[in-house]
Formats: sequence, structure tokens, C-alpha cells
Amino acid sequence: MLSASAEIFLVIMICIVLVVDLFVNDKDRKVTFWLSFGTLIATAALVMNNTPEAREFIFDGSYVNDPLAGLLKIASISMVGVGFIYSRHYLIKNNLMKGEFFLLSLFGLLGILIMISANSLLIMYLGLETLSLSLYALVAFDRNSSIAAESAMKYFILGAIASGSLLYGISWIYGMTGSLEFNEIALAIAENPSLNSLPLWFGMAFVVVGIAFKFGAVPFHMWLPDVYQGAKTPVTLFIATAPKLAAFALIYRVLVDGLGGVHDAWQGTILIISLLSLVLGNVVAIAQTNIKRMLGYSAIGHVGFIFAGIFTGTQIGYAAALFYSLTYVIMAAGAFGVLIALSDEGDADQLDDLKGLSQRNPWLAVIMLFVMLGMAGIPPWVGFFAKLDVINAVIDSGFTGFAVLMVLSSVIGAFYYLRVIWYMYFEQAPKSKAIIINKDLGAVISINGILILALGLFPGALMQLCINVIN
Amino acid sequence: MVIGLDHYLTISAVLFTLAVAGIFINRKNLILLLMCIELMLLAVNFNFIAFSRYLGDETGQVFVFFILTVAAAEAAIGLAILVVLFRNRRSINVNELDEMKG
Repeated sequence: MLSASAEIFLVIMICIVLVVDLFVNDKDRKVTFWLSFGTLIATAALVMNNTPEAREFIFDGSYVNDPLAGLLKIASISMVGVGFIYSRHYLIKNNLMKGEFFLLSLFGLLGILIMISANSLLIMYLGLETLSLSLYALVAFDRNSSIAAESAMKYFILGAIASGSLLYGISWIYGMTGSLEFNEIALAIAENPSLNSLPLWFGMAFVVVGIAFKFGAVPFHMWLPDVYQGAKTPVTLFIATAPKLAAFALIYRVLVDGLGGVHDAWQGTILIISLLSLVLGNVVAIAQTNIKRMLGYSAIGHVGFIFAGIFTGTQIGYAAALFYSLTYVIMAAGAFGVLIALSDEGDADQLDDLKGLSQRNPWLAVIMLFVMLGMAGIPPWVGFFAKLDVINAVIDSGFTGFAVLMVLSSVIGAFYYLRVIWYMYFEQAPKSKAIIINKDLGAVISINGILILALGLFPGALMQLCINVIN
Repeated sequence: MVIGLDHYLTISAVLFTLAVAGIFINRKNLILLLMCIELMLLAVNFNFIAFSRYLGDETGQVFVFFILTVAAAEAAIGLAILVVLFRNRRSINVNELDEMKG
């Protein structure tokens, strides 16, 4: 019970926020905001206190708590908290400061926490749906925006197909192994090697399709750029950060914990998905003029790297993929945070909106510089070490050709990241008005930007932590 | 002829294929898409019940209850988004969902 206390506390607090918000007349929703924020802090504290040293099963083995879950949960909760601080003034200014934003975010976070700790396909599915249903509603949050409604509809339909495919795969895995719990599935496969045959692979293929859909990996990426573009920037920030960590938990728990015994069967599929994501994401991003859409395609490219760490099938590879996911969400939060800060007068979502940023607000330009250099993978920013670790793991498992391709795609990717820097520093600003950012946003985004550099200078501690939790 | 597990699995596979085909062939009406998604989940339920009976294990049937509940919630959110979309666009034609490209 104690192991799940964070989730139980979060459910109770969501109900309280839901009721309290009804009685808040304040236009700025101060009470709702601080109550939600306090909930996040308390939940994070509960996670910290209740993370065991070794793996611990509760609720008859359908829920698991281990250091990996602790790390991912703390990271997700911090990302949601950072998102709240970034979004606050934007929401007030755009007349969107409603309780729904915070409630749906908290519900989404609940789904993420459940996914991270799931040890059964049923619990995993329920967590996934809690997250997805909140996200569909969040994307359509701005009711008067035509593109938000369109992207929400696309997201909903493709997300529902993904869930259907995942479920169909789960039903086959259940039928073949007779269990829904990951450790029992692994045990059944180990005890009965004849299971490693077509019917199980059939189910596994559908599960992989479902996972790839949720990650937004090619060829199941169609929804991702549209959703990034159509959703309001704070919602895009939410989608781009914490759910990626949940997706990592999904792929790790299902494919490694559950189906690790048939690694040879899924390795090829994940490799192809990773390859296509790397190439398509980085190449198509060059053609974008909308920066949110560009970051969407860039996210697809980064997912390619995370998948590359997974398909190696080694502890080092998984740790590298975890490190990559953690550092990527920090950079994504920084990128969308800067966009939110720029949206003082109307949404900043075109590349042109970044022109001459260094003259309008030099510090914001420096943070965006850090983010872009980090994403491009230029040392000493953190993206470099994330990419290096994954590439090392790939070479170690003997895929040297693939590693060369990863480097090439990073070089292609560097073009559009550096173009953003060019726009910020060497183009004339169409509007010369200085950008003033709020103190709380400024403080957090500064930490966020400095973290990208600091983790790059001292990646050892976080990398060691990733290796420890995976073992 | 004895009706065995494979017959149920075949029916379920046919239903699932129909649902997927319906989603990709239909280019007119969003409501039809929502119906196809429901059909997809029902095909999965069929599979779970069949396996559950075959294995003599109730977990699969419990799973079906959860799928039914989630499907209801999903339909509610889908229809809500549909209403928002219709209010903004005055149309629920799949072909007209093309404001964003690239």
C-alpha cells in the first residue's frame, strides 16, 4: 500500500481540486493553481519517501515499485510542475485560465504514474487510457480554435486506433502465455520455449504498433506534428515532456520486462522503426516554417534515438535510452518554455517570430541557444552525451552501420537547429519591442537552460543513476 | 462440427479487419470512424472472452469489463471533440480535416 501512496494521494487531491475549483470566483484561479502546484510537490515528496531499494510488488503483483519507477515519476512530476509555472501567465493573458487545464494535467499525470508502475498489461492499459483521454481533452482545450479542434480529432482517432491495436496484441499475448503480469509472461516464455513462435509474434507485432503510435515513431507519426502545431503551446509543452517518459516506461516494461525472452523477435521491428524515425524526422523538419511543427518532427527524430537504445537489448542500451529520454524532456521543456515566453502578443509559433531575439531579450536567446545546441548534440551541451551513449551502446552490440546512420541523421538535424540560432542572432527583428518575461517564468527557465549545460558538463552522476536503476 | 477456439479467433480477426478497413476506407463521416473504433474494441473483447474460456482463467473476462468502461469514456470524449469541431467548422467531413499540412 505504502508503495502506491503517491498515486492514492494524487487521486484524492484531484477530487479536492475539482470541488474547490467550482467555488473559485477569482479570474486568475490563484487557489486552483497553488493547490495543484502544492499537490505536485507533496506527490513528489511521497514518491521520494516510498521508493524502495529493490523491486517490490504490490496489489497481488499487478503493481510494481522500483528505483526506475521512482526516477521516472520524479522526472514526470517535475516536468508537469515546470509546465504549470511556464503556462500560468500565458493562460491568464489568453483568457484560458480555467480549472480544467490543471485538472486534466493532473489526471494525465496520474495516468503517467500508473503506467510507470504497472506490472500487468491491464494496469498498463488503464494508465495509458487515463493519460490519453486527458490529452485528447487538453488538446481541444481552446474551444474557439479551429485548428485545435482539428488536431484533437486527429489525435483522438489515431490514438484510439493505437489503443485498439495494443489491446488486440495484448489479447494474443494473454491467450498464448495465460497471464497479464509481466514477470509471469516472462516466466511462461522461459519455461516453454515453444511459445516463441508465430502466434506470440503476431500479438507482439500489434503491441509494437500500439507503442510506436503512442511514441509518435515513423510510420505511425502522422498525428504528432499536427497535434504539436494545433494545441496551445502550454498543452504542447505538456505533451512533449512527461508522456515521453511514460512511453519509455511502456516500452521498457512491456518489451523488456515482459517479452525480454523473445528479444530476437522484436529487435528487427524496433530497429526499422528507429531507422525510419531518425531519417524522416530529421529530414522533414528542415522543410517546416512553423517552429512547433518543426519541434514535432525533431521529436520524431529523438524518438528514433530512444528506440535505438532499446533495440540493442543490453543493459547499457536501456540505460542510454533512459538517459536520452530524461535529457530530451528537459530540452523540450526549455524550447516550449521559450515559445510561451515569446507569446506576449499573440502566439509565437513561426520561425520568423524568433528573428532578432538576441536584440529583444538577450537572456531568452541564450537559453534558446542552449536548447538548440543541446538538441543538435553539440558538446558540451547535454544532448551530445545522450547521443554518444546511445551510439556507443549500438556499436557495442555490433550495429556499426546503424551507428554511422545515426551520426549522419544528427548532422542533418543540426542544420535546422542551427538555423534557429541564425534567426535569433543574425536576422533583424521585425518588431524591435523588448520582450519582458515574468519573474517566476524567468527564474525557472533560467534553471532549465543552465541545467542543459550543467548536465552536459557533468553527465556522470545522472548517467550512473540511469545505469543503477536499470540494473 | 465442433466450434473451437480457432473459430472465435477467426471471427474476431474478421471484425478487427473490418473495423480497420472501415477507418481507412471511409472518407466522409467522422461518426462512422467512431463506430469503427467501437467495433475494433468489441473484436478485442471477443478475443479475450474466447481465450479466457479456453484457458479457464477469469482474468480475460475482467479485462473485458475494463475495456467496455474505457470504451464508454472514450466515446464520450470523442463525441465532445466532434461537437467542438462542428461548432468551429460546420462540417464533420473527414476530407475537410486538412487545415494543417507539411
